[in-house]
Amino acid sequence: MTTMSDKQPPAPLTDIERVTLLCVAGHMIPASVEYGVPGADDLRIFADITRSIDRDREVLGKALQVVNDLSDGMILALSRAEQAKRLAEFRTRHADLAGVIESVVARCYYRDDRVMASIGMEARPAFPKGYKVEQGDLSLLDPVRARGKIYRDAG
Amino acid sequence: MNEPVDVLIIGAGASGAAVAWSLAETRMRIVCLEQGDWPKSNDFPSTGTDWEARALEDYAISPNRRALEADYPVNDDDSPIKIANYNGVGGGTVFYAAHFPRLHPSDFRVRSLDGVADDWPLDYGTLEPFYALNDRMMGVSGLAGDPAYPQKEAVMPPIAMGRTGEVLGTAMNRLGWHWWPSDAAIATEEYEGRAPCINLGQCGSGCAQGAKASTDVTYWPEAIRSRIEVRTKCRVSRIETNDADMATGVHYFDADGKEVFQPAEIVIMACNGIGTPRILLNSASGRFPDGLANSSGLVGKNLMLHPYAQIRGHFDERLDGYRGPPICVWSMEFYETDPARDFLRGYSYQFSRGIGPARTAINGFADGMVPWGEGHHAAFRRLFERSAGMVSVCEDLPEETNRVTLDPDLKDGNGIPAPRITYRLSDNTRKMLEHSVARGVEILEAAGAHDITTKAPVPYAGWHLLGTARMGRDPERSVVNEWGRSHDVKNLFIVDGSVFVTSGGVNPTSTIQAVALYVADQIKSRIYELFD
Repeated sequence: MTTMSDKQPPAPLTDIERVTLLCVAGHMIPASVEYGVPGADDLRIFADITRSIDRDREVLGKALQVVNDLSDGMILALSRAEQAKRLAEFRTRHADLAGVIESVVARCYYRDDRVMASIGMEARPAFPKGYKVEQGDLSLLDPVRARGKIYRDAG
Repeated sequence: MNEPVDVLIIGAGASGAAVAWSLAETRMRIVCLEQGDWPKSNDFPSTGTDWEARALEDYAISPNRRALEADYPVNDDDSPIKIANYNGVGGGTVFYAAHFPRLHPSDFRVRSLDGVADDWPLDYGTLEPFYALNDRMMGVSGLAGDPAYPQKEAVMPPIAMGRTGEVLGTAMNRLGWHWWPSDAAIATEEYEGRAPCINLGQCGSGCAQGAKASTDVTYWPEAIRSRIEVRTKCRVSRIETNDADMATGVHYFDADGKEVFQPAEIVIMACNGIGTPRILLNSASGRFPDGLANSSGLVGKNLMLHPYAQIRGHFDERLDGYRGPPICVWSMEFYETDPARDFLRGYSYQFSRGIGPARTAINGFADGMVPWGEGHHAAFRRLFERSAGMVSVCEDLPEETNRVTLDPDLKDGNGIPAPRITYRLSDNTRKMLEHSVARGVEILEAAGAHDITTKAPVPYAGWHLLGTARMGRDPERSVVNEWGRSHDVKNLFIVDGSVFVTSGGVNPTSTIQAVALYVADQIKSRIYELFD
């Protein structure tokens, strides 16, 4: 019987999973001098990633296993150029699994203060300050009004 | 056994709250059982910088992903559209976008006008005062004068359409097509103790500001002041009946997992188009071997989900980004049946603003527009805060093969059999989706967008759960009568989206609540002949 109360806290990453994920994250979003941002393998960001895997733990483990399987057992043993080649193959052949790693990495990377500042975001939650959005020009609706009723009468 | 009550409501969401509030004036003893808890606004994702991650965890729209104690699993493997919901006081209104269109007058006359499906036993005119009452109770913002609808009152000024609305509206004008600022159940000024919208942008995972009209902050405080009791963490397993084929109350599991019987004179179901048939089917007995209220055989059948197509593009200028209520404008240009098209009925568009940075990257990866490696940062910046688009909400016609049954194996945390969904897109729906994608691309091109992406149907968008206990005058062709009472069990009422005869092509919450208020009004006005 499957029940909703069977949910357990996610198991921590194994050492092999951790170094594999670190390698993949660095390839996915590398540091950039031009934009002044760290890579997703930055220690602070990566610590956030490993803390925040939550419901994706099981499928992430599967994805990292596939990455290593495609890398003759261990992606870290390959040259950087060869790593990139194998990861491109992984994305092509296992888009769903790649999508899980992308989600796990991106949702932590893009909440890092340094990254937020670089893309023009204030490093704060939306609440309680909120944001300003212009009302917009309601006179743009004049042609819609001029056209008149478009619904069918039916009681 | 608990003390008997006059009225027992199952479910504290959109319809349960409305019916409870309306019945409060009768001074009957009313209890509402809710399987979830009260939402806590200070926990909502918009209170942290990790909002995008939290919207994929405890605030995920899929009950199967959340898998919290309040949730029950839904086997939706046999459906291209996956189920979305929220279980707690407020129900789906806690997570909805508060996009608040009404059905159109023609939606109630589908058989008469277009020769398909069935007419409702109600019409727009009958529901109109209840729509208006609900607009005031929820606090609806909008702009009067939309030529796609009969005249209706605007309770508050419209939400900001922003630069996104201007750009897309200008494109619609170029094409000569209808558009209008959306009606939204979002306060744009101080309203009944609620603070106005400050454009948090996270309507879809709970409004920390309290500006969005979820029923935990609208109907329920009023109803509780009128001494209605909401009992949380109480999951109903089945409805009990007696030899006279009347409901005598319900069995439920309380917060400690103890099974309790709650006697009641009247039972009202407000559990949505999946939860309601689930309980009715789980209430099978010797007297009702095929499930309660199911002499028609239609309980669980005719499930309608509103297939969505998504069309998004990117612009050279910065738009509103992740700020503001995500949906700002609608279009009803393709809503009514047009004989020149190869499908019947139609769809609405919801025009939507941008998305957050993590979602921009995740979508960009998936759509091949953001690479891994050196080019990531430049590609990301070409997309972030520059996207806008739309979803089409396609009318889903009722088909008995689309249905909710009980899964033979899957159960919730209390051991209650879980629902299983069987659902297919019809040819009519596929043609409608294709049409909406093609027109959506035209709109975005007219607006100057590039890098346009499309998706149809959108898989994780099964919000609108309709039709599984339809209303009608014929007991052989419907589950409840024209005022929401079961044909078979005369003190059992249904007020949620299950009773929809057809789905229309718009978000249903406004109509669900109008119907709930209408049924409550019928109960009050027929109180002395209610069970005849």
